[in-house]
Amino acid sequence: MKIYELNASEIHKGLRHKDFSAREVAQAHLYRIEQTDKDLKAFVTVTTEQALRAADAVDAKMSRGEELHPLSGIPVAVKDNMCTTGVKTTCSSKMLESFVPPYTATVVNKLEQAGAVVLGKTNLDEFAMGSSTENSAFFTTRNPYDLERVPGGSSGGSAVAVAAGQAVIALGSDTGGSIRQPAAFCGIVGVKPTYSLVSRYGLVAFASSLDQVGPFARTVSDAAWALEALAGHDPLDSTSVPNAPVDWSQPLDKGIRGLKVGVPREYFADGMEPAVVKSVREAIKVFECLGAEISEISLPHTSYALPTYYIIAPAEASSNLARFDGVRYGFRAEGATNQEELISLSRSQGFGPEVKRRIMLGTYALSNGYYDAYYGKAQKVRSLIKQDFDNAFSQVDIILSPTSPTTAFKVGARVNDPLSMYMADLCTFAVNLAGIPALSLNCGFVEGLPVGLQLMGKAFSEMMLLQAAFAYEQTVKLPQLPVFKGGLPNV
Amino acid sequence: MYETAIGMEVHLELCTRSKVFCGCSTNYGGAPNSQACPVCLGLPGSLPVLNKRAVEFAIKASLALNCEVAPETKFDRKNYFYPDLVKGYQISQYDKPIGRNGYIEFEVEGVTRRVGIRRVHLEEDTGKSFHDVAAERTYLDFNRSGVPLIEIVTEPDIRSSAEAKSYLEALREIMEYIEVSDCRIEEGSMRCEANISIRPTGSSDYGILNEIKNIGSLRGVQRALEYEIKRQTELVSSGGIVLRQTRRWNESELKTEVMRTKEEAHDYRYFPEPDLVQLVIDNSWLNKCRSEIPELPRARRERYVRELGITPYDAEELVADRALAQYFEGVARLGTEPKLAANWLLSDLRRELNQASLAIEQVKLREAGFSELMVLVSSGAIGSKTAKDILGELVHSGVSPAAYVKEKGLAQLSDTSEIEKFVEQAIADSPKIVADYRVGKERALTALVGVVMKLSRGKAKPELVNDLLTQKLNKGRL
Amino acid sequence: MRLTPEQVQKVAELARLQLSLDERERYAEQLSAVLGYFNMLNSLDTVNVSPTSHALMLKNVLREDQVRPSLSQQQVMSLAPELSGELVAIPRTFEG
Repeated sequence: MKIYELNASEIHKGLRHKDFSAREVAQAHLYRIEQTDKDLKAFVTVTTEQALRAADAVDAKMSRGEELHPLSGIPVAVKDNMCTTGVKTTCSSKMLESFVPPYTATVVNKLEQAGAVVLGKTNLDEFAMGSSTENSAFFTTRNPYDLERVPGGSSGGSAVAVAAGQAVIALGSDTGGSIRQPAAFCGIVGVKPTYSLVSRYGLVAFASSLDQVGPFARTVSDAAWALEALAGHDPLDSTSVPNAPVDWSQPLDKGIRGLKVGVPREYFADGMEPAVVKSVREAIKVFECLGAEISEISLPHTSYALPTYYIIAPAEASSNLARFDGVRYGFRAEGATNQEELISLSRSQGFGPEVKRRIMLGTYALSNGYYDAYYGKAQKVRSLIKQDFDNAFSQVDIILSPTSPTTAFKVGARVNDPLSMYMADLCTFAVNLAGIPALSLNCGFVEGLPVGLQLMGKAFSEMMLLQAAFAYEQTVKLPQLPVFKGGLPNV
Repeated sequence: MYETAIGMEVHLELCTRSKVFCGCSTNYGGAPNSQACPVCLGLPGSLPVLNKRAVEFAIKASLALNCEVAPETKFDRKNYFYPDLVKGYQISQYDKPIGRNGYIEFEVEGVTRRVGIRRVHLEEDTGKSFHDVAAERTYLDFNRSGVPLIEIVTEPDIRSSAEAKSYLEALREIMEYIEVSDCRIEEGSMRCEANISIRPTGSSDYGILNEIKNIGSLRGVQRALEYEIKRQTELVSSGGIVLRQTRRWNESELKTEVMRTKEEAHDYRYFPEPDLVQLVIDNSWLNKCRSEIPELPRARRERYVRELGITPYDAEELVADRALAQYFEGVARLGTEPKLAANWLLSDLRRELNQASLAIEQVKLREAGFSELMVLVSSGAIGSKTAKDILGELVHSGVSPAAYVKEKGLAQLSDTSEIEKFVEQAIADSPKIVADYRVGKERALTALVGVVMKLSRGKAKPELVNDLLTQKLNKGRL
Repeated sequence: MRLTPEQVQKVAELARLQLSLDERERYAEQLSAVLGYFNMLNSLDTVNVSPTSHALMLKNVLREDQVRPSLSQQQVMSLAPELSGELVAIPRTFEG
């Protein structure tokens, strides 16, 4: 087995047994990036020197006989919307193409403190707005299962890095499905934590009341280790919860006998690809075989989640992105003769079309005379959607659904039709609106493309979701790394 | 005839140590852009965390202005673009201000006026712009960005420019008293805007509102409003219509000029700030804030006149300086006659402070010492001349006045036999003056008293000297 | 709900975005489609529903009034596209 094929627990064991050094692990992954990223285009920036230095620090620690954190020496990739001191943080936007922050996001700090080795920053849809990474101002990341297809988005680069063995763990951010949908398209595990469990400090905000950082991994166990390291109160984030009631010491292999599983009929309705629905139904049978009690439930306001999301998220985004004005940092347009022109030229030239579209949408939804009809209304419907989940979780422990209505679509297929692109996240919006946790894991393949199974739970039920996902993963034992199509070397 | 309705909007910078949403210092005078961090520069990914003291200052200001304090409140984003506004929005409070429905009372020409306070809310300050006309550049310093502000909005209850000025003075006095802002209008820690409209006397509808900005001094407020009342009155009397405008006070040309018209008015797109959480002000917090508010100036003045027998003028003078008033109360509490203490504080002690450029807090002579000095004076143990002479020394050294007087031997001589010796010597030494006295030149007595005082090095009690001299000289005549 | 290119232009001005005529037309069409889809929300009765702005109800997250280190002046200045001495420079602003 090659080093890049190992998961975090295997690397951890290998390091402790001195089968290889942390430097060798980092080098193996950097080499993997070198070999594959011309085709995959997952990374915006590869930080080779910093990575090797971090790996050497782990080796030094080991030679002093110190205890290793399970993430020590584990190569990780970071979505390029999380700030890293001294390393460009672009949000895949021309606006921040050369922005080098003087501070580091709390989540990155936590990984580094655990000894993880950051390999670089990954591509995304500009400012995390999109479902395919096609909205990156730089390039489109390709799906390792089929280079003609998108990896999903917006955290496409991070999902691909993990799926293709470029990194063991990666950080994504999820505002409406941006971790779970690419995890589904790339056949890996992706976790969107409970809102407030993980600090948002240093994550470039898209929609502040919905954004959460979470991990990608190839195994449930790796995802659990990463999530535990990321979670925790941060005094720099007022919306970060103190003393989250998550018991990390619970065993992953607790089993799911007697677990009450709800299957919401609205998530298996029209608009879902039949083959995807079939795969998910089979996965549900596996849960049943493992002793879970399956029942059909209803989340009646499901169909309102998309319009609600596409009012609230752009409204918050229109305000969050107002700071990009060419005055203090970032892109500044040339030739402006006064401040008004400076601001509008810089914004018009610095933002791509989808970002502008959402800023327009959000500005309109908040503007005089329309607030009540749009933003005010959406906030009320958000309460109804949250209520749906509260009701459901009084009957069941977890809820299962497809992560996305389809498998990965072709590059270019939806770029000219925003609404059809927005539909790609149909199954994931409601979770963000309700603030609850959810994860996606691979539940099979349709024509060689991965299908994602989404597990949703009540606030702070992350351990229960991970245990259920672990039980399924251990039973079906699907392959973790793709056999590349289109001539990509499986070196 | 027309009457005027004026509403004031005042922004005060709160004197917290750190900014409202980050730990940067609020100090004045730092090098440009040296008191800024990712939060107050609006760098991407940064998040605000609310300063507890800023909230408490806003609560205290609300209480001191007799406002209802919101039991539950929140922050909102006010969205607009301006180069000195780092995030493209200001974190402010929209529909749930910390304080509302209050009032303030003050005297204008001996008549008590009450002006309604519509709201008091907490928000953040912007950076500072400097315009270089020649270079066609604007320069920005973000040290003030994120300094806490409260905005205080009155009802349109103010009827004249003089009232507006009195309102601002009363407001400033209260805010300084409760120590939430230093209210320096020239340094920008107090900023005033006025809404003004005129209407036919007796009409109950308000006229078209004009907003006046950019007023940089108290005198400017009065002048700008006088100008605007005149402009609007003339306009309406000559059959014109007042347009709804935002106008700017031009201090050098002493006139208001149009900044923008209603049509260009901002659409601020307020919505709840998702990066901050709800703020709940429960009774125990409210009571803690209330307990920290001292007696306010107006009540204090009335009490000094009513209970301590101070003249209204002296009460005004004492209360105007909160630290001095505090000192005065300390002295009075130790049993010193309040009127005597007030006289001494306002004349002699204040003169010493001015000469030495000292604040009352820095003076070594504390309340107990000052009180002791007053006892020495009122009991006749030392003369008031002596007391005045040694005050400067006492202020700096902090030694007990009684001990100092004893050590330096400054106590008045009231022993008749001792004084008699000086009197006899004076008579013996000054035959000419004695001769003058004898021929009836009454002023010669004063000269002889002077001689005695000199011989006694100022310690002889002047009344005794006078008596003894008269006795001796008249005795010789018999 | 159909947005006209003129309405789109007004929104663009609020958002400080300059749009070409072509973009105005295209955004008018695309945003109208999206807004049209949003109209389904109007079928919901929300008269007695209170709004949710946060999924989780935290309250009173406050920090003590303590001064913490700022960025260095050099760090602040190195971010700026244009400087004049220690100040960030932009083309002249007219409004006072």
